[in-house]
Amino acid sequence: MKRYVPFRIGNISFLMNYRSIAYVVGLVLLTIILIILSLGIGQLNVAPIEVIRALFDSSTDMNNLVVQSFRMPRVLMALFAGAGLAVSGAILQGMIRNPLASPDIIGITGGAAFATVGFLAFFSDRSNTLTVSIQWLPLASFIGAIVTGFLVYFLAWKNGGIKPMRLVLIGIGVSAAVQAFTTMIMILGPIFTASRANIWITGSVNGANWSEVWTIIPWFFLLMAILFVYVRRLNVQELGEDLAANAGSLIQRDRFMLITLSTSLAGIAVAFAGGIGFVGLMAPHIARRLVGSSFGSLIPVSALVGGCIVIAADLIARTAFAPLEVPVGVLTSAIGAPYFIYLLYKSRNQ
Amino acid sequence: MDAIRTNALTLGYGEEDIIEELDLVIPKGKITVFIGGNGSGKSTLLRSLARLLKPKEGSVVLDGADIARTPTKKIAQKLSILPQSPVAPEGLTVLELVKQGRYPYQSWLNQWSEKDEKAVQRAMEVTGVKDLSERKVDSLSGGQRQRAWIAMNLAQDTDIILLDEPTTYLDLTHQIDILDLLSDLNEEENRTIVMVLHDINLACRYADHIVAISNKTIYHQGDPDTIVTPELVANVFGLRCQIMNDPHSGTPMCIPFSRGRRKKDASHARKMDA
Repeated sequence: MKRYVPFRIGNISFLMNYRSIAYVVGLVLLTIILIILSLGIGQLNVAPIEVIRALFDSSTDMNNLVVQSFRMPRVLMALFAGAGLAVSGAILQGMIRNPLASPDIIGITGGAAFATVGFLAFFSDRSNTLTVSIQWLPLASFIGAIVTGFLVYFLAWKNGGIKPMRLVLIGIGVSAAVQAFTTMIMILGPIFTASRANIWITGSVNGANWSEVWTIIPWFFLLMAILFVYVRRLNVQELGEDLAANAGSLIQRDRFMLITLSTSLAGIAVAFAGGIGFVGLMAPHIARRLVGSSFGSLIPVSALVGGCIVIAADLIARTAFAPLEVPVGVLTSAIGAPYFIYLLYKSRNQ
Repeated sequence: MDAIRTNALTLGYGEEDIIEELDLVIPKGKITVFIGGNGSGKSTLLRSLARLLKPKEGSVVLDGADIARTPTKKIAQKLSILPQSPVAPEGLTVLELVKQGRYPYQSWLNQWSEKDEKAVQRAMEVTGVKDLSERKVDSLSGGQRQRAWIAMNLAQDTDIILLDEPTTYLDLTHQIDILDLLSDLNEEENRTIVMVLHDINLACRYADHIVAISNKTIYHQGDPDTIVTPELVANVFGLRCQIMNDPHSGTPMCIPFSRGRRKKDASHARKMDA
């Protein structure tokens, strides 16, 4: 079978890559299997066939309740948070032309953590009760992510533009600074806030509810739709500054837009699921192994790989140590950190 | 006819000027080669012709219009540049790379028109990478990789192609291979080629027009047969040499004076080779 096949209708034309489409289909199936497994396993075990029936409201009342109300929002949150972080990382790695770039490294996650801890400290009264609704917490985290993203962007601005390497270095610097503030607030604040903040910083989808899921889904798809239009520009960015300019792209304008998209995707993920580590680094990497560097294929495959990683990690995190539940971020970092070292080790000769 | 011209062009990074008030004319349909020592500004000049570097003063004129005031996409349809030793993203296939040359003709809904496909197929045919189209660029040999990059420039379908040291890191066989390819593109398709080359002998063989750059400006320019002299080499490269006729092409050939090992009877050794 041919790998590349053109698709043309009138003035609409694309080059389709059948190998990538096959990977996407395969990963969608894998995601569905993981979702069904994840919905079934837990304190109450539900057989896969009953899980499917429960989704259509036709299993026992107990099964319907557990699958639909308790587990489904959590699994979907894991899927979209993982996908958001993965795509955010894929954009950054392509634009910065460095496989070690990720939303954690350039300060987006750190900024969100700072905002979260700040929110918990600032809006708590003396008896450690929140003075405003906890529903505002995701908004605070999102604002923290976006503000830090743009702070890094503007600090990296020099001579009418940004250089990717400068962006990474400034990101690392800003990241370290906000981390210091985060730690300070946690130490100065009550122990209750610290432990709560710590769970958020590690990343957890425990307690995700439907209203949060319905908030993240439209944002995710809106950002992905805009990104779809920018795939072409991301492809030339990845060739490097000179070749992007040669191709006639407006480099700085495109970079601004791509950073906005990347920051927002990571922002919505961390707002609801916290700073789940290493997914933004690992998932695009695995995706690149599967389908190469062309973003038309890389973006959907990264999203699915990221989603699968977080769903699987969360399944393990809440069942392997039962009755204890570990935040999912602990699991992803436990797999991710050695992977990161492996990457550095492998690229030591380059 | 001129393909590109510069008016009182001053280039530099920060405070320091690298090229000062340069007026240069690149002849249309010819091969022009920039030569000069390390740090003479020949690459800087080439980059500025392709709007990769903004001039401090003066302007670069393409088709009668200042490139600083021409939409960058329009320029990309007339002129393309291959920077020095470009690096392809990991896992990108040859086809996916060459396809990027069509960027200036595409829109987000129209990314693979029949015209795009034809241009890409032809570019891969001419450069001999068609059979490699599904291979990963990072798995190719140096010579094949350079051909793939040139194919990307060709797919861009521009009358003018600029190349910054296209033969760096290639062995002699592949250097000749790439330069022959560029020479064919010039002769058969009448494309204007402008490139920076380090090897003065190869420059003399392939160039219609040589521009020797030294001391922030043009030292001398013209037909290699008339301008390449021991005096030019001494002033541009700071090297003493003898200029002979290349026995193969008849173009000037530079024999540098050096210390180092030499045969006792040099004339005898040459006869043996012949």
